[in-house]
Amino acid sequence: MKVPEELRYRETHEWVRVEDGEALVGITDYAQGELGDVVYVELPEVGRAVSAGEAVAVIESVKTASDIYAPVSGEVVAVNEALADHPEKVNEDPYGEGWLFKVRLADPAELEALLDAEAYKRLLEAEG
Amino acid sequence: MRQTPLYELHKRLGARMVEFAGFAMPLHYGSIKAEHLAVREHVGVFDVSHMGEFWVVGEEAPVFLEYATTNRASRLKFGRAQYTLIPNASGGVVDDAYLYLPERGRYLMVVNAANVEKDYRHLTALLPGYAAQVYDASEETALLALQGPKTVELLSGLTDADVASPKKNTVFRANVAGRPAILARTGYTGEDGFEIFLTPEDAPAVFEALVEAGAQPAGLGARDTLRLEMGYPLYGHELTDATNPLCTPYAWVVKPKDPPFLGQERMLAGPCPKRLVGLVLDSGIPREGYPVEKDGREVGRVTSGGVSPVLGKGIALAWVEADWAEEGTALLVVVRGRRLPARVHALPFIRR
Repeated sequence: MKVPEELRYRETHEWVRVEDGEALVGITDYAQGELGDVVYVELPEVGRAVSAGEAVAVIESVKTASDIYAPVSGEVVAVNEALADHPEKVNEDPYGEGWLFKVRLADPAELEALLDAEAYKRLLEAEG
Repeated sequence: MRQTPLYELHKRLGARMVEFAGFAMPLHYGSIKAEHLAVREHVGVFDVSHMGEFWVVGEEAPVFLEYATTNRASRLKFGRAQYTLIPNASGGVVDDAYLYLPERGRYLMVVNAANVEKDYRHLTALLPGYAAQVYDASEETALLALQGPKTVELLSGLTDADVASPKKNTVFRANVAGRPAILARTGYTGEDGFEIFLTPEDAPAVFEALVEAGAQPAGLGARDTLRLEMGYPLYGHELTDATNPLCTPYAWVVKPKDPPFLGQERMLAGPCPKRLVGLVLDSGIPREGYPVEKDGREVGRVTSGGVSPVLGKGIALAWVEADWAEEGTALLVVVRGRRLPARVHALPFIRR
Protein backbone atom coordinates (compact mmCIF):
# COMPACT_ATOMS: atom_id res chain seq x y z
CA MET A 1 0.00 0.00 0.00
CA LYS A 2 1.50 3.26 -1.14
CA VAL A 3 1.98 6.23 1.22
CA PRO A 4 4.07 8.84 -0.66
CA GLU A 5 6.57 10.58 1.59
CA GLU A 6 5.99 14.09 0.24
CA LEU A 7 2.27 14.27 1.02
CA ARG A 8 0.29 15.27 4.10
CA TYR A 9 -2.65 13.22 5.33
CA ARG A 10 -5.90 13.63 7.23
CA GLU A 11 -6.95 10.85 9.64
CA THR A 12 -10.00 10.30 7.40
CA HIS A 13 -7.67 9.13 4.58
CA GLU A 14 -7.47 12.20 2.35
CA TRP A 15 -4.07 13.34 1.10
CA VAL A 16 -2.85 16.87 0.35
CA ARG A 17 -0.13 17.97 -2.08
CA VAL A 18 0.82 21.64 -1.66
CA GLU A 19 2.09 23.63 -4.64
CA ASP A 20 2.25 27.44 -4.81
CA GLY A 21 -0.24 28.04 -2.03
CA GLU A 22 -2.73 25.57 -3.45
CA ALA A 23 -3.60 22.20 -2.02
CA LEU A 24 -4.41 19.30 -4.33
CA VAL A 25 -6.65 16.80 -2.50
CA GLY A 26 -7.37 13.14 -3.11
CA ILE A 27 -7.95 9.93 -1.19
CA THR A 28 -5.21 7.51 -0.23
CA ASP A 29 -4.37 4.14 -1.71
CA TYR A 30 -5.63 2.57 1.51
CA ALA A 31 -8.94 4.46 1.23
CA GLN A 32 -9.56 3.45 -2.39
CA GLY A 33 -8.87 -0.16 -1.46
CA GLU A 34 -11.34 -0.01 1.41
CA LEU A 35 -14.03 1.57 -0.76
CA GLY A 36 -13.66 -0.85 -3.63
CA ASP A 37 -14.74 -0.03 -7.19
CA VAL A 38 -15.51 3.69 -7.37
CA VAL A 39 -18.50 4.30 -9.62
CA TYR A 40 -19.43 7.94 -9.00
CA VAL A 41 -17.75 11.01 -7.54
CA GLU A 42 -19.65 14.07 -6.39
CA LEU A 43 -17.32 17.07 -6.21
CA PRO A 44 -17.76 20.56 -4.72
CA GLU A 45 -18.45 23.50 -7.01
CA VAL A 46 -15.53 25.61 -8.09
CA GLY A 47 -15.59 28.86 -6.12
CA ARG A 48 -17.06 27.32 -3.00
CA ALA A 49 -15.38 28.24 0.29
CA VAL A 50 -14.72 25.12 2.33
CA SER A 51 -13.56 24.71 5.93
CA ALA A 52 -11.11 22.14 7.18
CA GLY A 53 -13.07 19.11 8.37
CA GLU A 54 -16.17 19.90 6.31
CA ALA A 55 -17.72 17.12 4.23
CA VAL A 56 -17.32 18.51 0.71
CA ALA A 57 -17.38 15.56 -1.66
CA VAL A 58 -18.87 12.08 -1.86
CA ILE A 59 -17.32 8.99 -3.37
CA GLU A 60 -19.71 6.22 -4.28
CA SER A 61 -18.39 2.72 -4.62
CA VAL A 62 -20.46 -0.24 -5.73
CA LYS A 63 -21.14 -0.96 -2.10
CA THR A 64 -21.55 2.39 -0.38
CA ALA A 65 -21.38 6.20 -0.37
CA SER A 66 -18.58 7.84 1.63
CA ASP A 67 -18.06 11.46 2.62
CA ILE A 68 -14.78 13.13 1.75
CA TYR A 69 -13.60 15.88 4.08
CA ALA A 70 -11.68 19.03 3.22
CA PRO A 71 -8.26 18.64 4.87
CA VAL A 72 -7.72 22.43 4.73
CA SER A 73 -9.80 25.60 4.50
CA GLY A 74 -10.01 27.81 1.42
CA GLU A 75 -11.66 28.34 -1.91
CA VAL A 76 -12.11 25.44 -4.32
CA VAL A 77 -10.24 26.54 -7.44
CA ALA A 78 -10.47 23.35 -9.51
CA VAL A 79 -12.12 19.95 -9.53
CA ASN A 80 -11.17 16.82 -11.44
CA GLU A 81 -13.76 16.90 -14.22
CA ALA A 82 -12.33 13.70 -15.74
CA LEU A 83 -13.79 11.67 -12.88
CA ALA A 84 -17.30 12.22 -14.24
CA ASP A 85 -16.54 9.80 -17.07
CA HIS A 86 -13.77 7.85 -15.38
CA PRO A 87 -14.45 7.47 -11.66
CA GLU A 88 -12.26 4.34 -11.69
CA LYS A 89 -9.21 6.65 -11.84
CA VAL A 90 -9.65 7.02 -8.07
CA ASN A 91 -8.86 3.30 -7.75
CA GLU A 92 -6.24 3.09 -10.46
CA ASP A 93 -4.19 6.17 -9.64
CA PRO A 94 -5.29 7.65 -6.30
CA TYR A 95 -2.28 9.97 -5.98
CA GLY A 96 -2.26 11.06 -9.63
CA GLU A 97 -5.10 11.09 -12.15
CA GLY A 98 -7.53 10.21 -9.40
CA TRP A 99 -7.14 13.54 -7.58
CA LEU A 100 -10.42 15.14 -6.47
CA PHE A 101 -10.20 18.94 -6.05
CA LYS A 102 -7.82 21.82 -5.46
CA VAL A 103 -8.15 24.40 -2.68
CA ARG A 104 -6.41 27.80 -2.44
CA LEU A 105 -5.10 27.73 1.12
CA ALA A 106 -6.77 30.24 3.44
CA ASP A 107 -4.46 29.40 6.32
CA PRO A 108 -1.24 27.54 5.51
CA ALA A 109 -0.76 26.92 9.24
CA GLU A 110 -3.55 24.32 8.99
CA LEU A 111 -1.10 22.06 7.17
CA GLU A 112 0.74 21.57 10.45
CA ALA A 113 -2.29 19.83 11.89
CA LEU A 114 -2.16 17.16 9.18
CA LEU A 115 -0.19 13.93 9.47
CA ASP A 116 3.09 13.32 7.70
CA ALA A 117 3.67 10.03 5.90
CA GLU A 118 5.22 8.34 8.95
CA ALA A 119 2.32 9.31 11.21
CA TYR A 120 -0.20 8.21 8.59
CA LYS A 121 1.52 4.83 8.23
CA ARG A 122 1.30 4.39 11.99
CA LEU A 123 -2.41 5.23 11.81
CA LEU A 124 -2.91 2.53 9.15
CA GLU A 125 -1.04 0.00 11.24
CA ALA A 126 -3.26 0.85 14.19
CA GLU A 127 -6.38 0.40 12.03
CA GLY A 128 -5.00 -3.00 11.05
CA MET B 1 -18.52 -14.86 14.49
CA ARG B 2 -19.41 -18.09 12.69
CA GLN B 3 -17.42 -19.42 9.76
CA THR B 4 -18.45 -21.45 6.75
CA PRO B 5 -16.36 -24.53 5.83
CA LEU B 6 -14.67 -22.35 3.17
CA TYR B 7 -13.39 -19.67 5.53
CA GLU B 8 -9.71 -20.59 5.24
CA LEU B 9 -10.00 -20.94 1.47
CA HIS B 10 -11.57 -17.48 1.13
CA LYS B 11 -8.69 -15.97 3.06
CA ARG B 12 -6.19 -17.82 0.91
CA LEU B 13 -7.94 -16.47 -2.21
CA GLY B 14 -7.52 -12.92 -0.86
CA ALA B 15 -11.15 -12.30 0.07
CA ARG B 16 -12.20 -9.18 1.88
CA MET B 17 -14.24 -10.68 4.72
CA VAL B 18 -17.26 -9.00 6.32
CA GLU B 19 -19.85 -9.98 8.89
CA PHE B 20 -23.21 -11.03 7.44
CA ALA B 21 -25.99 -12.65 9.47
CA GLY B 22 -23.46 -13.67 12.11
CA PHE B 23 -21.07 -15.26 9.58
CA ALA B 24 -17.67 -14.13 8.35
CA MET B 25 -18.36 -14.01 4.61
CA PRO B 26 -16.39 -12.85 1.56
CA LEU B 27 -17.55 -9.41 0.38
CA HIS B 28 -15.30 -9.65 -2.67
CA TYR B 29 -11.97 -11.08 -3.82
CA GLY B 30 -10.71 -7.79 -5.27
CA SER B 31 -13.53 -6.19 -7.22
CA ILE B 32 -17.31 -6.47 -6.87
CA LYS B 33 -17.73 -5.08 -10.37
CA ALA B 34 -15.35 -7.60 -11.97
CA GLU B 35 -17.06 -10.47 -10.14
CA HIS B 36 -20.48 -9.18 -11.22
CA LEU B 37 -19.43 -9.02 -14.86
CA ALA B 38 -17.75 -12.43 -14.66
CA VAL B 39 -21.10 -13.92 -13.65
CA ARG B 40 -22.99 -12.05 -16.40
CA GLU B 41 -20.51 -12.92 -19.13
CA HIS B 42 -18.68 -16.05 -18.03
CA VAL B 43 -19.08 -17.94 -14.76
CA GLY B 44 -18.63 -17.22 -11.07
CA VAL B 45 -18.81 -19.32 -7.91
CA PHE B 46 -20.25 -18.19 -4.58
CA ASP B 47 -20.01 -19.71 -1.13
CA VAL B 48 -23.52 -19.44 0.26
CA SER B 49 -23.05 -21.98 3.03
CA HIS B 50 -24.40 -19.42 5.50
CA MET B 51 -27.89 -20.09 4.13
CA GLY B 52 -30.13 -22.33 6.21
CA GLU B 53 -31.32 -25.77 5.09
CA PHE B 54 -34.33 -27.59 6.53
CA TRP B 55 -35.54 -31.05 5.61
CA VAL B 56 -39.31 -31.35 5.79
CA VAL B 57 -40.33 -34.98 5.93
CA GLY B 58 -43.24 -37.22 6.87
CA GLU B 59 -46.40 -38.50 5.33
CA GLU B 60 -48.14 -35.14 5.59
CA ALA B 61 -45.17 -33.00 4.61
CA PRO B 62 -46.92 -31.84 1.39
CA VAL B 63 -50.08 -30.85 3.28
CA PHE B 64 -48.07 -29.14 5.97
CA LEU B 65 -46.08 -27.19 3.37
CA GLU B 66 -49.28 -26.13 1.60
CA TYR B 67 -50.29 -24.52 4.90
CA ALA B 68 -46.85 -23.14 5.79
CA THR B 69 -45.89 -21.72 2.38
CA THR B 70 -47.68 -19.62 -0.25
CA ASN B 71 -46.67 -21.59 -3.37
CA ARG B 72 -48.16 -24.97 -4.32
CA ALA B 73 -45.75 -27.27 -2.51
CA SER B 74 -47.91 -30.38 -3.00
CA ARG B 75 -47.71 -29.94 -6.77
CA LEU B 76 -43.93 -30.04 -6.70
CA LYS B 77 -42.82 -33.15 -8.57
CA PHE B 78 -39.89 -35.33 -7.56
CA GLY B 79 -36.74 -33.70 -8.92
CA ARG B 80 -38.20 -30.21 -9.13
CA ALA B 81 -37.88 -26.97 -7.15
CA GLN B 82 -39.93 -23.82 -6.57
CA TYR B 83 -39.53 -20.35 -5.09
CA THR B 84 -41.90 -19.77 -2.20
CA LEU B 85 -42.76 -17.53 0.75
CA ILE B 86 -43.32 -18.47 4.38
CA PRO B 87 -46.30 -16.38 5.46
CA ASN B 88 -47.21 -15.29 8.99
CA ALA B 89 -50.70 -15.16 10.49
CA SER B 90 -51.14 -11.46 9.74
CA GLY B 91 -50.51 -11.60 6.00
CA GLY B 92 -46.80 -10.71 6.18
CA VAL B 93 -43.70 -12.70 5.32
CA VAL B 94 -41.59 -14.68 7.80
CA ASP B 95 -39.03 -15.45 5.08
CA ASP B 96 -38.65 -16.23 1.42
CA ALA B 97 -37.34 -19.67 0.59
CA TYR B 98 -36.55 -22.16 -2.12
CA LEU B 99 -38.19 -25.55 -1.86
CA TYR B 100 -36.63 -28.62 -3.50
CA LEU B 101 -37.81 -32.21 -3.81
CA PRO B 102 -34.54 -34.06 -4.38
CA GLU B 103 -35.77 -37.27 -2.78
CA ARG B 104 -39.24 -38.78 -2.87
CA GLY B 105 -41.21 -37.44 0.07
CA ARG B 106 -38.31 -35.40 1.48
CA TYR B 107 -38.43 -31.67 0.89
CA LEU B 108 -35.32 -29.52 1.20
CA MET B 109 -36.04 -25.90 2.09
CA VAL B 110 -33.33 -23.24 1.78
CA VAL B 111 -33.90 -20.14 3.90
CA ASN B 112 -32.04 -16.92 4.63
CA ALA B 113 -29.12 -17.14 7.04
CA ALA B 114 -30.43 -14.33 9.23
CA ASN B 115 -33.76 -16.11 9.64
CA VAL B 116 -32.78 -19.71 10.40
CA GLU B 117 -33.77 -19.67 14.07
CA LYS B 118 -36.90 -17.58 13.47
CA ASP B 119 -38.05 -19.84 10.61
CA TYR B 120 -37.38 -23.01 12.57
CA ARG B 121 -39.38 -21.75 15.56
CA HIS B 122 -42.18 -20.60 13.29
CA LEU B 123 -42.39 -23.82 11.27
CA THR B 124 -42.15 -26.19 14.23
CA ALA B 125 -44.91 -24.24 16.01
CA LEU B 126 -47.19 -25.02 13.03
CA LEU B 127 -46.37 -28.75 13.03
CA PRO B 128 -48.76 -30.09 15.72
CA GLY B 129 -51.59 -31.94 14.02
CA TYR B 130 -49.52 -32.84 10.96
CA ALA B 131 -47.66 -36.12 10.46
CA ALA B 132 -44.56 -34.18 9.43
CA GLN B 133 -41.20 -33.15 10.89
CA VAL B 134 -38.76 -30.34 10.24
CA TYR B 135 -35.01 -30.90 10.67
CA ASP B 136 -32.56 -28.04 10.70
CA ALA B 137 -29.62 -29.36 8.63
CA SER B 138 -27.89 -25.98 8.26
CA GLU B 139 -24.82 -27.02 10.24
CA GLU B 140 -24.15 -30.13 8.20
CA THR B 141 -24.88 -28.60 4.78
CA ALA B 142 -22.57 -26.48 2.65
CA LEU B 143 -23.91 -24.68 -0.40
CA LEU B 144 -22.10 -23.31 -3.44
CA ALA B 145 -23.68 -21.36 -6.31
CA LEU B 146 -22.09 -21.73 -9.73
CA GLN B 147 -23.63 -19.02 -11.90
CA GLY B 148 -23.14 -17.63 -15.38
CA PRO B 149 -23.63 -18.46 -19.06
CA LYS B 150 -20.61 -20.79 -19.13
CA THR B 151 -21.81 -22.86 -16.18
CA VAL B 152 -22.73 -25.98 -18.16
CA GLU B 153 -19.49 -25.92 -20.10
CA LEU B 154 -17.45 -25.66 -16.91
CA LEU B 155 -19.46 -28.12 -14.85
CA SER B 156 -19.46 -30.76 -17.61
CA GLY B 157 -15.76 -31.21 -17.05
CA LEU B 158 -16.25 -31.99 -13.38
CA THR B 159 -19.16 -34.40 -13.40
CA ASP B 160 -20.37 -37.46 -15.31
CA ALA B 161 -23.96 -36.26 -14.96
CA ASP B 162 -25.76 -34.62 -17.87
CA VAL B 163 -25.90 -30.99 -16.74
CA ALA B 164 -26.97 -29.55 -20.11
CA SER B 165 -30.45 -31.07 -20.36
CA PRO B 166 -32.06 -30.45 -16.96
CA LYS B 167 -34.41 -27.48 -17.11
CA LYS B 168 -34.41 -24.58 -14.68
CA ASN B 169 -35.71 -25.68 -11.25
CA THR B 170 -34.55 -29.26 -11.70
CA VAL B 171 -32.80 -30.97 -8.78
CA PHE B 172 -30.89 -34.27 -8.78
CA ARG B 173 -28.03 -36.11 -7.14
CA ALA B 174 -24.66 -36.32 -8.86
CA ASN B 175 -20.96 -36.32 -8.11
CA VAL B 176 -19.06 -33.09 -8.63
CA ALA B 177 -15.26 -33.27 -8.61
CA GLY B 178 -15.70 -36.80 -7.25
CA ARG B 179 -17.82 -35.69 -4.27
CA PRO B 180 -21.48 -36.59 -3.73
CA ALA B 181 -23.74 -33.58 -4.18
CA ILE B 182 -27.28 -32.41 -4.77
CA LEU B 183 -27.33 -30.26 -7.90
CA ALA B 184 -30.14 -27.79 -8.57
CA ARG B 185 -30.52 -25.60 -11.63
CA THR B 186 -31.42 -22.56 -9.55
CA GLY B 187 -29.77 -19.35 -8.41
CA TYR B 188 -30.10 -15.73 -7.34
CA THR B 189 -28.33 -13.96 -10.20
CA GLY B 190 -30.67 -14.26 -13.20
CA GLU B 191 -28.08 -16.30 -15.06
CA ASP B 192 -28.03 -19.97 -15.87
CA GLY B 193 -26.37 -21.89 -13.09
CA PHE B 194 -26.43 -24.59 -10.49
CA GLU B 195 -26.60 -24.55 -6.75
CA ILE B 196 -24.54 -27.38 -5.29
CA PHE B 197 -25.31 -28.87 -1.88
CA LEU B 198 -22.36 -30.63 -0.26
CA THR B 199 -21.09 -31.80 3.07
CA PRO B 200 -18.94 -29.26 4.92
CA GLU B 201 -15.99 -31.64 4.46
CA ASP B 202 -16.31 -31.79 0.68
CA ALA B 203 -17.20 -28.17 -0.03
CA PRO B 204 -13.70 -26.59 -0.02
CA ALA B 205 -12.31 -29.13 -2.51
CA VAL B 206 -15.26 -28.64 -4.85
CA PHE B 207 -15.02 -24.83 -4.64
CA GLU B 208 -11.32 -25.07 -5.45
CA ALA B 209 -11.95 -27.44 -8.35
CA LEU B 210 -14.51 -25.02 -9.80
CA VAL B 211 -12.07 -22.12 -9.46
CA GLU B 212 -9.29 -24.15 -11.05
CA ALA B 213 -11.64 -24.96 -13.93
CA GLY B 214 -12.09 -21.22 -14.51
CA ALA B 215 -14.91 -19.99 -12.27
CA GLN B 216 -14.35 -16.54 -10.78
CA PRO B 217 -14.76 -16.59 -6.98
CA ALA B 218 -17.52 -14.09 -6.26
CA GLY B 219 -18.57 -12.57 -2.95
CA LEU B 220 -21.69 -11.20 -1.31
CA GLY B 221 -21.11 -7.80 -2.92
CA ALA B 222 -21.63 -9.17 -6.42
CA ARG B 223 -24.42 -11.44 -5.17
CA ASP B 224 -26.27 -8.30 -4.04
CA THR B 225 -25.69 -6.25 -7.22
CA LEU B 226 -26.64 -9.23 -9.38
CA ARG B 227 -29.91 -9.86 -7.56
CA LEU B 228 -30.71 -6.14 -7.57
CA GLU B 229 -30.28 -5.96 -11.37
CA MET B 230 -32.82 -8.77 -11.61
CA GLY B 231 -35.16 -7.08 -9.13
CA TYR B 232 -35.06 -10.07 -6.79
CA PRO B 233 -35.98 -9.37 -3.16
CA LEU B 234 -33.62 -9.59 -0.22
CA TYR B 235 -35.40 -10.45 3.00
CA GLY B 236 -35.28 -7.58 5.50
CA HIS B 237 -35.31 -5.08 2.65
CA GLU B 238 -38.11 -5.80 0.18
CA LEU B 239 -39.84 -8.45 2.27
CA THR B 240 -40.46 -8.27 6.02
CA ASP B 241 -42.85 -9.58 8.65
CA ALA B 242 -45.04 -6.56 7.87
CA THR B 243 -44.85 -6.73 4.05
CA ASN B 244 -47.88 -7.84 2.09
CA PRO B 245 -46.25 -9.69 -0.82
CA LEU B 246 -49.32 -9.06 -2.98
CA CYS B 247 -48.18 -5.43 -3.16
CA THR B 248 -44.83 -6.50 -4.64
CA PRO B 249 -43.63 -7.92 -7.95
CA TYR B 250 -43.34 -11.24 -6.09
CA ALA B 251 -47.13 -11.62 -5.86
CA TRP B 252 -46.87 -14.49 -8.38
CA VAL B 253 -45.50 -16.70 -5.59
CA VAL B 254 -48.75 -16.33 -3.67
CA LYS B 255 -51.24 -18.99 -4.75
CA PRO B 256 -54.50 -18.74 -2.83
CA LYS B 257 -55.71 -22.24 -2.04
CA ASP B 258 -58.34 -24.27 -0.23
CA PRO B 259 -57.58 -25.12 2.50
CA PRO B 260 -55.80 -21.79 2.80
CA PHE B 261 -52.19 -21.11 3.74
CA LEU B 262 -51.51 -19.43 7.08
CA GLY B 263 -52.75 -15.84 7.02
CA GLN B 264 -54.20 -16.19 3.53
CA GLU B 265 -57.36 -14.23 4.28
CA ARG B 266 -55.45 -11.33 5.83
CA MET B 267 -53.01 -11.26 2.94
CA LEU B 268 -55.74 -11.30 0.30
CA ALA B 269 -57.61 -8.52 2.10
CA GLY B 270 -54.69 -6.20 1.32
CA PRO B 271 -54.93 -3.35 0.61
CA CYS B 272 -51.86 -1.94 -1.13
CA PRO B 273 -51.47 1.75 -0.32
CA LYS B 274 -47.91 1.41 -1.59
CA ARG B 275 -46.36 -0.82 -4.19
CA LEU B 276 -42.84 -2.09 -4.57
CA VAL B 277 -41.36 -0.90 -7.87
CA GLY B 278 -38.07 -0.65 -9.70
CA LEU B 279 -36.50 2.78 -10.26
CA VAL B 280 -33.78 3.80 -12.71
CA LEU B 281 -31.83 7.06 -12.40
CA ASP B 282 -29.91 8.77 -15.18
CA SER B 283 -27.38 10.07 -12.68
CA GLY B 284 -26.66 9.48 -9.03
CA ILE B 285 -26.90 6.32 -6.98
CA PRO B 286 -29.91 5.58 -4.81
CA ARG B 287 -29.30 3.80 -1.50
CA GLU B 288 -31.54 2.09 1.04
CA GLY B 289 -33.68 4.55 2.99
CA TYR B 290 -33.48 7.43 0.51
CA PRO B 291 -36.82 9.27 0.13
CA VAL B 292 -38.78 9.19 -3.13
CA GLU B 293 -40.75 12.34 -3.97
CA LYS B 294 -43.49 13.47 -6.33
CA ASP B 295 -44.78 17.04 -6.57
CA GLY B 296 -42.71 18.14 -3.60
CA ARG B 297 -44.04 15.43 -1.31
CA GLU B 298 -42.52 12.20 -0.06
CA VAL B 299 -44.35 9.29 -1.69
CA GLY B 300 -41.98 6.45 -0.88
CA ARG B 301 -38.64 5.07 0.24
CA VAL B 302 -35.85 3.05 -1.33
CA THR B 303 -35.50 -0.49 0.08
CA SER B 304 -32.36 -1.49 -1.88
CA GLY B 305 -30.27 0.64 -4.17
CA GLY B 306 -26.97 0.73 -5.92
CA VAL B 307 -25.36 0.92 -9.29
CA SER B 308 -26.03 -1.55 -12.08
CA PRO B 309 -22.64 -2.58 -13.47
CA VAL B 310 -24.37 -3.62 -16.71
CA LEU B 311 -26.40 -0.42 -17.23
CA GLY B 312 -23.87 1.89 -15.60
CA LYS B 313 -26.80 3.59 -13.86
CA GLY B 314 -28.26 3.87 -10.41
CA ILE B 315 -31.09 1.41 -9.81
CA ALA B 316 -33.35 0.80 -6.84
CA LEU B 317 -36.26 -1.11 -5.48
CA ALA B 318 -38.62 1.21 -3.61
CA TRP B 319 -42.04 1.37 -2.00
CA VAL B 320 -44.07 4.15 -3.61
CA GLU B 321 -47.68 5.22 -3.22
CA ALA B 322 -49.83 3.10 -5.52
CA ASP B 323 -50.79 6.15 -7.64
CA TRP B 324 -47.18 6.52 -8.74
CA ALA B 325 -46.29 2.88 -9.26
CA GLU B 326 -47.02 2.62 -12.97
CA GLU B 327 -44.13 1.89 -15.32
CA GLY B 328 -42.64 5.06 -16.75
CA THR B 329 -43.83 7.35 -13.95
CA ALA B 330 -41.37 10.19 -13.33
CA LEU B 331 -40.32 10.54 -9.69
CA LEU B 332 -37.46 12.12 -7.75
CA VAL B 333 -35.05 10.33 -5.45
CA VAL B 334 -33.49 12.50 -2.75
CA VAL B 335 -29.76 11.75 -2.83
CA ARG B 336 -28.03 13.72 -0.06
CA GLY B 337 -30.39 16.68 -0.43
CA ARG B 338 -30.36 16.67 -4.22
CA ARG B 339 -33.53 15.66 -6.03
CA LEU B 340 -32.55 13.41 -8.92
CA PRO B 341 -34.96 12.28 -11.66
CA ALA B 342 -35.96 8.63 -11.55
CA ARG B 343 -38.35 6.57 -13.61
CA VAL B 344 -40.43 3.58 -12.58
CA HIS B 345 -38.94 0.65 -14.48
CA ALA B 346 -40.17 -2.87 -15.16
CA LEU B 347 -38.26 -5.74 -13.57
CA PRO B 348 -35.76 -7.09 -14.26
CA PHE B 349 -33.73 -3.95 -14.92
CA ILE B 350 -31.68 -5.78 -17.53
CA ARG B 351 -32.87 -7.94 -20.39
CA ARG B 352 -31.61 -11.49 -20.28
